[in-house]
Amino acid sequence: MTIEDELHNAAPAKLTVDRVTKVYRGKRQDVKALDDVSLTVGEGEFVCLLGPSGCGKSTLLNLIAGLEQPDAGTLTADGELIEGPGRQRGVMFQEHALFPWLDVTQNVLFGLNLKPNLSDEDRRGVARAFLEIVGLTPFANSGIHELSGGMKQRVALARALAPNPQVLCMDEPFAALDAMTREQLYDDLQKIQQQRRKTVVFVTHNVREAVCLGDRVLLFTPRPGRIRAEFRIELPRPRNINDVAVAQLATTITTELKSLLKAENV
Amino acid sequence: MKGSLTNTGTAVRAGVGSGRDAWVAVVQAVVFFGVVAGAWEAGSRAGWWNPVLIPSPSDIFRYIGEALGKGELQSACYVTLRRLVFGYAVGILLGIPLGLLTARFRFAANTLGVMALGLQTLPSVCWVPLSILWFHSNPEGAMLFIVVMGTLWAVLLATDHGIRQIPPIYRRAAATMGSNGFHLLWHVLLPASLPHLVSGAKQGWAFAWRSLMAAEIYVAISTGFGLGHLLHFGRELHAMDQVAAVMLVIIVIGFAADKALFSPWERFLRRRWGLTV
Repeated sequence: MTIEDELHNAAPAKLTVDRVTKVYRGKRQDVKALDDVSLTVGEGEFVCLLGPSGCGKSTLLNLIAGLEQPDAGTLTADGELIEGPGRQRGVMFQEHALFPWLDVTQNVLFGLNLKPNLSDEDRRGVARAFLEIVGLTPFANSGIHELSGGMKQRVALARALAPNPQVLCMDEPFAALDAMTREQLYDDLQKIQQQRRKTVVFVTHNVREAVCLGDRVLLFTPRPGRIRAEFRIELPRPRNINDVAVAQLATTITTELKSLLKAENV
Repeated sequence: MKGSLTNTGTAVRAGVGSGRDAWVAVVQAVVFFGVVAGAWEAGSRAGWWNPVLIPSPSDIFRYIGEALGKGELQSACYVTLRRLVFGYAVGILLGIPLGLLTARFRFAANTLGVMALGLQTLPSVCWVPLSILWFHSNPEGAMLFIVVMGTLWAVLLATDHGIRQIPPIYRRAAATMGSNGFHLLWHVLLPASLPHLVSGAKQGWAFAWRSLMAAEIYVAISTGFGLGHLLHFGRELHAMDQVAAVMLVIIVIGFAADKALFSPWERFLRRRWGLTV
């Protein structure tokens, strides 16, 4: 395998979630985080899971990532059962989760080092390429604690993308950032998605963010977590979060979400 | 994630440690010890105290010079350090894996972990009477045992604690990149607990050093005289210059070893984590 093969984007995978239920057993009572949820995500589709906190959207993401197992139902990626975490599905968390004992480049190399059939030189080349993509080449040898919050999330994005996964799972990755940094990262993410089309599952509670980034937005309601509505976002890309069309669509979705929550008396 | 792993402004500033700061530190220390030694010497010469009870710095250094001339001091240092390094190494090599066990398995935590917690509170000099009996024909074995008892529990508990405090997100992130089993242990769990491992190793070193001195003072021995024996003989000969000189050597070795063994790790922690231990 050469570095060109490695940098050639892996074909995005189709995800299916079939009648999945997940229950967390608590001391006083059990919490049904997901109740009989089904959905399909197409190859290269950017799907946003949107809902208030506690609606099960992060649980669904963890199930897709393979970090947790469902109590009922099945999840597949390209027809293969998801039985555990794996490098075909990269994950970005709300916290950067970078390793402080490694520098920026070594963090990006972490997943690459676990990929067989690559020379060390190729691995370094790939890491360099992804640091370039996220615009952090000058910080290749910096320590994690020297970076700003936005830079850390960029390294985390590079680290998730570097092993060339088919699916990218993102769990409110920008929630802890300030508005300016976040807007910059929306642009970056859309640009990267244009270059390296991945199947993306993006969890957020921010309606505008979902409309700005998603091809499709799935609306969740809590207790028990269910998908209650679906919106296909047909706006042209790249989208700007401050665009009027984005704002209008976000208002429509917010209204819908509120009426759903009211109807369920949550 | 907050807690000890987040860098604070002070930690970063301490980490910068410019060359000028280092110079100031050295000059201040040298002046301080120079003044203390000078006053002490002056007091001794003026006859303010009994030179037998409080030997003067010049007497102490005279003894050191003589002992070095006879080769007595070098051989005592060598014997002591050999015992120390060997016992310490055994303590670390047992303590880290056992700490991993207690962190990983509840059964080990409920048994071995409780035992470690108990034995860590026991000053290891308390092992002297039993170990002399157990190893009666093998005094080196007795001293090794005492040093290991001093090191092992501190290292075990620090490892256990270090592994337990690892933010779960590290394991999850590593798992999504395909890391598990030995790779996870070697590339995530051990480095993630490094701040605790280093402070545990440091504490273990301090305990080992204290234990060995106690052991050398108490255990009658024919297999090589260490610094503790030299100190003990000084007491029996009522040669307080010898006693004070050996104390000084023990301090200097302890200090140098601390710097040589742990400073590189601490620098690494400061540079990468932005953290001081």
